[in-house]
Amino acid sequence: MAQGLSKRIKSLQFAFLSPDEIRRMSAVKIITADTYDDDGYPIEMGLMDLHLGVIEPNLRCRTCGGRVNECPGHFGIIELAMPVIHVGYAKEIKRLLQSTCRACGRILPGAPSTRAEPVNDSDEGGAAPRAREPKEERVCPHCHEVQHRIVLDKPTTFRENSHKITPKEVRARLERIPDEDVRALDLNPKFGRPEWMVLTVLPVPPVQVRPSITLESGERSEDDLTHKLVDVLRINQRLRENRDMGAPQLVVEDLWELLQYHITTYFDNQTSGIPPARHRSGRPLKTLAQRLKGKDGRFRSNLSGKRVNFSARTVISPDPLLSINEVGVPIEIARGLTVPLEVTAHNQEVAKELVRRGPSPSPDEANRYRCGVNYLVREDGQRIKVMEKNAEACAELVTPGSIVERQLLDGDIVLFNRQPSLHRMSMMAHFVRILPHKTFRFNLCDCPPYNADFDGDEMNLHVLQSQEARAEAKVLMKVEEHILSPRYGGPIIGMLHDHITAAFLLTYQNPTFTRPEVTYLLSKLNYPIPPPAGKDKDGEPIWNGKQLFSLTLPSDLTLEFRSNIWARCDCQPLHCKHDAWVVIENGVLKAGTIDKKAIAYEKGAVLDAIARNDGMPRARQFLDEMSRLAITAIALKGLSTGIDDEDVPEDALKEILGSLESARAKVNELVEQYRKGELEQMPGRSLEETLEVMVRRELGQARDTAGEIAGRYLGLENPAVILAKSGARGSMLNLTQMAGAVGQQSVRGERLLRGYVKRTLPHFARGDLGADARGFVSSSYKRGLSPTEYFFHSMGGRESLVDTAVRTSRSGYMQRRLINALEDLKVAEDGTVRNTAGTVIEYKYGEDGIDPTRSYQGAPVSLDEVVAQVLGRRVRTSEERRADGPAGAPPVSEEEMDLQAEAQLEEEAEEEEAEEFGAPEEGPEFGGE
Amino acid sequence: MAEEKKAPPRDLITRIQEIAIRENGLPLPPSLAEGTKAKLQSLRLSPADATRVVKEVARRFRRAEVDAHESVGIVAAQSIGEPGTQMTLRTFHYAGVAEMNVTLGLPRLIELVDARRVPSTPMMTVHVEKKLKGDRDMVQKIALQIEVTTVPDVASISAIVEDLKVVVSPQAALLEARGVKRAELEAALIEGLDARLFEVKPGSGSGETRSFEIHLKESVAGAAKSRKEELVEDMPFKKLLIASEQAKGIQIKGVTGIRRALIRREKDEYVIYTEGSNLEGVIEIAGVDGIRTTTNSVFEIYRVYGVEAARAALIFEANRTLAEQGLGVDIRHLMLVADVMTNEGDIRAIGRHGISGKKTSVLARAAFEITAAHLLRAAITGEVDELKGVAENIIVGQPITLGTGAVNLIYRPLSSTTVVTPAAKIEDAKEAA
Repeated sequence: MAQGLSKRIKSLQFAFLSPDEIRRMSAVKIITADTYDDDGYPIEMGLMDLHLGVIEPNLRCRTCGGRVNECPGHFGIIELAMPVIHVGYAKEIKRLLQSTCRACGRILPGAPSTRAEPVNDSDEGGAAPRAREPKEERVCPHCHEVQHRIVLDKPTTFRENSHKITPKEVRARLERIPDEDVRALDLNPKFGRPEWMVLTVLPVPPVQVRPSITLESGERSEDDLTHKLVDVLRINQRLRENRDMGAPQLVVEDLWELLQYHITTYFDNQTSGIPPARHRSGRPLKTLAQRLKGKDGRFRSNLSGKRVNFSARTVISPDPLLSINEVGVPIEIARGLTVPLEVTAHNQEVAKELVRRGPSPSPDEANRYRCGVNYLVREDGQRIKVMEKNAEACAELVTPGSIVERQLLDGDIVLFNRQPSLHRMSMMAHFVRILPHKTFRFNLCDCPPYNADFDGDEMNLHVLQSQEARAEAKVLMKVEEHILSPRYGGPIIGMLHDHITAAFLLTYQNPTFTRPEVTYLLSKLNYPIPPPAGKDKDGEPIWNGKQLFSLTLPSDLTLEFRSNIWARCDCQPLHCKHDAWVVIENGVLKAGTIDKKAIAYEKGAVLDAIARNDGMPRARQFLDEMSRLAITAIALKGLSTGIDDEDVPEDALKEILGSLESARAKVNELVEQYRKGELEQMPGRSLEETLEVMVRRELGQARDTAGEIAGRYLGLENPAVILAKSGARGSMLNLTQMAGAVGQQSVRGERLLRGYVKRTLPHFARGDLGADARGFVSSSYKRGLSPTEYFFHSMGGRESLVDTAVRTSRSGYMQRRLINALEDLKVAEDGTVRNTAGTVIEYKYGEDGIDPTRSYQGAPVSLDEVVAQVLGRRVRTSEERRADGPAGAPPVSEEEMDLQAEAQLEEEAEEEEAEEFGAPEEGPEFGGE
Repeated sequence: MAEEKKAPPRDLITRIQEIAIRENGLPLPPSLAEGTKAKLQSLRLSPADATRVVKEVARRFRRAEVDAHESVGIVAAQSIGEPGTQMTLRTFHYAGVAEMNVTLGLPRLIELVDARRVPSTPMMTVHVEKKLKGDRDMVQKIALQIEVTTVPDVASISAIVEDLKVVVSPQAALLEARGVKRAELEAALIEGLDARLFEVKPGSGSGETRSFEIHLKESVAGAAKSRKEELVEDMPFKKLLIASEQAKGIQIKGVTGIRRALIRREKDEYVIYTEGSNLEGVIEIAGVDGIRTTTNSVFEIYRVYGVEAARAALIFEANRTLAEQGLGVDIRHLMLVADVMTNEGDIRAIGRHGISGKKTSVLARAAFEITAAHLLRAAITGEVDELKGVAENIIVGQPITLGTGAVNLIYRPLSSTTVVTPAAKIEDAKEAA
């Protein structure tokens, strides 16, 4: 393997090919429009001439003598009978013609625009700003020739005073422009003379660029470019013959124009103003510009992104017992993916043993997967496929310096990715665990960053091939390095769904567990059973849920916050009757319920604190242990929800129906008022709009009332409510819709309106503005929707589906543009943000130089945390104390406080200085933080 | 002691910064220093504790700084783009003012990065001077002054063909509601109508609600009669219709572009929300607090207050749009986008007409959009691609210049051939000496 420094391309110079250069680089002159003879052998001086390179095995290139994979291909040439305009430069040519004298070629004063027009996208649809046309006839100051107006008749015809200027004449004029004037016109004659924009020779790309394909039927099918070149050659030939024979001017001109057409479409088959050249089947040909352009073009599809080896893709499924840093890889896939092992004197024997195993070794005594070897790369670079049969022989070839491509092993680091890759957390590094079965598996906590679920999602896996890549992946890309999101400075990897329910069940009102239960709960964790929290009435030892949860916490964690279940009660911490105020002291959960606010992704305060204060490895450990504890907890406690969870008692139902009925009546009343013109108009609203607003308000209230009535019977003993309140899944609104009423359906933010003339469905009277006729669904999902309601509900549903579809494409394009505009920005070593041209974009990143990932929800430092840490306890601010009542100190005026604080610092500073002078400076940046 | 007290006490901020500098070698950013100050003021700490707090703040600040070569641009783009998929597409009512529609969600965000000159739903938030803020009537008056009032808003217009006149009859209630005097209406009519064609005369009724009649000028009516062809072409009643159309479009008062102005109580003050935006016009109105008055049209802010204000407006608008959707996006990402857009002194769009189209690298431009045109142009002008950016280097297959690609580490094993490094040479020279 090549070692040391690799070469680096410093810059690329773009330039024109002059006709001479084209001739010089061409290996053969193409004159025959035919490709192959009857034996299928390339015709000489045809488009498939062997001088152009070879694409078939067994043939050798006539130019370089190389075989299929050795010959890079060579250009040929077509000498055009008459010059032809290059479509891409028609506008540029027009500018030059307008700016220079028609007789002497010198630049004219007041040229329409001396600056080259910026690239615009007129060829892709947008409106192009036009160069200003010179108004009056001008006279050349050099030769006093009167100038005429030049018009470009798109795409390639130039007219002067409605006389056509032939490409030949165009070329002659461009030739007359002296170099210094070319420079003044913002072109660089060193890299391209203007007359080269009119073609006299056409380079023929090598056959590798336009390979012909052989169909199963043995028929040969030529590439689009070849087809186009055939056309060019044919017309070129006819044009030459006619011209030489002295055919009538008209005929020659027609042929000339035809040649122009073919060459134009050869370059760009989507030139506006001319019909695209088509294949026999009617499909437009894909010519040069089409090959480069757009999403499937060379640039975006083959240069900016590439297909890779050493990758795998399969369906994903969850495995809560894996660490968040791991990914389960099926054996079948592991056998197909390899890691290069560089053989040295030290590992030679191991490598030999591996090679000896061949590509599919049998499992070991414990029936565990053993890795094999797929390829061996000898010192001389030759690649040998290792098979069962030649394994022994291959093993003998293993010498220091050779490379053994061994199959995947537990602990290998790989990249794991799910599309769409919208942020950097869409591709993270995992450690491999080889597992039976056929899916990739990973911990559920990794779902949010990948935005994955298991309804058939597939994901990709890439095996890193170099030591450098592995090192970078390990340091920068491991899952645990991405627990905190750079988007908002909080965890993006965290507990979800059942984990949260489990944590809730484990900690809410602190349930107790017996020894067998605790044994089971901790069976997936590597902790000894803690001392029991007490004894039950039979004298048996018991443990409680908060105690068990505390096991997973780091011992220095001190935290206080309110749970998701907090219902705005104003209980004091430690004494909340809803158990909604979480108090964690030194790693012990003293009070409160662990739910979404504590451990979920995006929100989890506990998770956030651990990641920030104890580091990522500890956060990973917490997530790993917590997800294991969660699955045992929920398995032990059990939670099921069904349709009867939304049952409400008979009289509640009556109440709901009654309230809906009265809402309906109120709406009718409003409509009646509106009809009579008694409705009071809202300022700035029409009468109709006023009615709509009021009706919507009324019906919204009706739904809420229905939900509220239903909610009275849905307490925290109800599993569905546990899910909603703990933040695991669903919301109270969902429950309201199931138990109470679904509510108003809307399209475009308005009550349903369209369908039939002045009504939504034929079931209603024309002009009915009442609740039912305009899409109010008063049934609940549980009671079932009436046919009209069902239809209305589908209308709303359809809108949201369409919305999603439109949204993904729109936001995708916005993101592409954002990325393209910002991709080059980086924080320079001086802390400024610069683009690659060196322009300063920001003097200090984000005005404070803080990395959002490491920020505390955007703030550089959590002052509360600092105070808590310094004092070892949570201190209430004076505002809070004031809010807590007169028990605290009497309020202090602000100035007073300022003075106090200042005095404090004043004293302290002096002490400190003395201290500092005494002790050697200890740079915190080098300290072990 | 007494003397010391007289000496101006050192500023708390300065003290905090001194400690921070001792800890980090750098001061804290002003916002953080302010925050620390506020915290210290609200707590009553012993001097030792206070200093420890400041020291810890400084230490944590140091820890949270960005790394050099961090590709903050991509992170920002991803952080704004990724939640795009979670945003709504619909236009929503503005939170608070139920009466107004404002584009929010994804379309608004796209509009902002596109740097559209006019937002699809321009809107202003007009604050009045502090002394007027609780005075509903005054605020209402100002609102009326801002809101465009047209003739049909206060009067009914009808064309009476047989009498060859257009009658404009002011409605008492509407005049009252809009705060328009009859005289103002008259002035506007005279001003707004084509004086060469029409004249305004008082009509029936009395007082404020006395109507106006618009007649064709004698000369015009007469002239039309004289020539036969013109009679057919421009019959008087046709002109009359023109008059009625013209009258409908006449603006009596208000700031051009403001279609509606609504008042809302916000805490202890009345705030005017407008549909339509015209910052130049509105801040000129007496009683309007120009400092707190704002618009959602970034371009207007740019025109009136300059780029820095436009940058702030971009950040504010983008942040509001995202926050409204409940999506937390760190403000630093938005700042970066705004800074990129305003870096050149005017507002440039994110996209091929703005930043992406102006990139120095040919390959990067070609890879983004309008591939062929960029390549063709590069050839005639003999452009050079310096391969400094990300896209170019990926295209040619080289490591990018960001992150770990920005640094080079060369390791030369000692064992193989002895390499004479400059340092070794110096050592040798020393030894020789």
